[in-house]
Amino acid sequence: MKNLGISFLKALPSIIAALGMSSLFLNQWAYASDIGAELYEQHCAACHGIRGQGGTGVPLALDDFQREVTDQFLFNTIKHGRPGRVMPSYAMLGEEQISAIVKHIRGFSNVKAPAFDDTPITGDTKNGKSLFMQHCAACHGEQGQGAAGTGVTFSRPRDYPILAPALNNPGFLTSATDQDIKRTLVGGRKGTPMRSFIEAGLKEKEINDIVSYIRSFENNPLKPVHVDEPLVIEYESDADLTTVIDNIKRAAQGKNFRLIRVQNLDYGFVDEKAESGKEVIIYFCNFKLLNQALKVDSRVGLFLPCRITAYEQDGKVKVIAINPRRLSHLFNNNELDRLCNEMYKTYVEILEEATF
Amino acid sequence: MILVNRLFIILILVITSAFANAAHINMVRVKNTFPETMLRLQEVIKEHGYKLSRVQRVDIGLTQSGYQTDKYRVVFFGKHDELRWIIRNHPELIPYLPLKIAIYAENRDTILAIYNPNILFEPKDGKLQEIISRWEKDLESIFKAMREFETD
Repeated sequence: MKNLGISFLKALPSIIAALGMSSLFLNQWAYASDIGAELYEQHCAACHGIRGQGGTGVPLALDDFQREVTDQFLFNTIKHGRPGRVMPSYAMLGEEQISAIVKHIRGFSNVKAPAFDDTPITGDTKNGKSLFMQHCAACHGEQGQGAAGTGVTFSRPRDYPILAPALNNPGFLTSATDQDIKRTLVGGRKGTPMRSFIEAGLKEKEINDIVSYIRSFENNPLKPVHVDEPLVIEYESDADLTTVIDNIKRAAQGKNFRLIRVQNLDYGFVDEKAESGKEVIIYFCNFKLLNQALKVDSRVGLFLPCRITAYEQDGKVKVIAINPRRLSHLFNNNELDRLCNEMYKTYVEILEEATF
Repeated sequence: MILVNRLFIILILVITSAFANAAHINMVRVKNTFPETMLRLQEVIKEHGYKLSRVQRVDIGLTQSGYQTDKYRVVFFGKHDELRWIIRNHPELIPYLPLKIAIYAENRDTILAIYNPNILFEPKDGKLQEIISRWEKDLESIFKAMREFETD
């Protein structure tokens, strides 16, 4: 008994040290969890849901998703994002912060994170292309560009809780290893339209061929979009303010827009009688176009409503509108960029007609 | 060749990540219904010293035109003195005034979105920079308050 007491006393420093270490470890783990939860809520929850249930973004809590993506895939995806596909890059976060987010995402499910090897897969790319066209292109697009309608949320009609990802996206190709892609093809994703290719009757060699074809998208990477656009579109008119306002209304209606309202820019900030009356906003909308835009990006409210402002300054009348191409660039959404390109042309036509 | 392609892709990612920065568009998911969140948002905006100008009911126009949508509004707000100063000195910002927040329902949650004015406007003028930096700070604070609202 005495010997036991002496042994205990001798071992006490080690026990204290071990307890200290485990306490430190637990503290660090708790720290990472707290930070991860905070960062997730701040940067991810708006699109992916508070508990990873999905929305505009992928439902991260799906067991099949958790079973088939590695921590490294999640890490790389957060770091690089998906250029042009809404998911932004969080390269400004440190590695510890990104790891903390990954840990938090893992907490959405009891499924253990997988670990795959990094061995590249070799296959017959030509046959892979043929199989891709047959089995994948309907959802992922012939060029692997992914499904359209990145902005559709649960509040609007949608058929599936997930949109087919863009496989030709540089963010995806950097984040996913060949084995990651193969695992998804083999297992499919329950709760999404992605089925198991093994269950669909494909052989392992054929799956390798498809992986090889998907990897070949790296040979034709998407070009980065560089936008150096002016902030606004502006024209000057020789006519008086009232005439220009009438011209804008007519031109907008001529382009199938419905006039919503006309108001002074300082409306709501001062009494009606004190409003300047020198800066007048003409609001208009094409609801078909708006509905289309909302399907592409749910945040398009930040463009709304369509408007042109006519203002008088130093004896000159000018008409001015946002440049949708400039604003769109902030959204990291190629589909929205295309729509905004069209909208830019429409604004120019209306402004030209109104100031002719 | 594969290595060259990989390096090229990483280069693209480095270039695009500079633009596709998370801070360009700020979003927050509020775990509260749309009407409660809308009320709270208006209170928070006022608490930060801004005046509400008006609310655009985007969903009303959409549903009246036969399109299906949940609640979707745009809240306009600002400060009159700042508005007048910018109109006088930086009319190129007129189409972006007043400030706005998009607010929309997603199931039982509500989502708010705003763009970062500092990144969009890239102000060079000292006073304008001061105003826009204040907006940026205030908007961050408004969104922080809205994030906390879900736990109330």
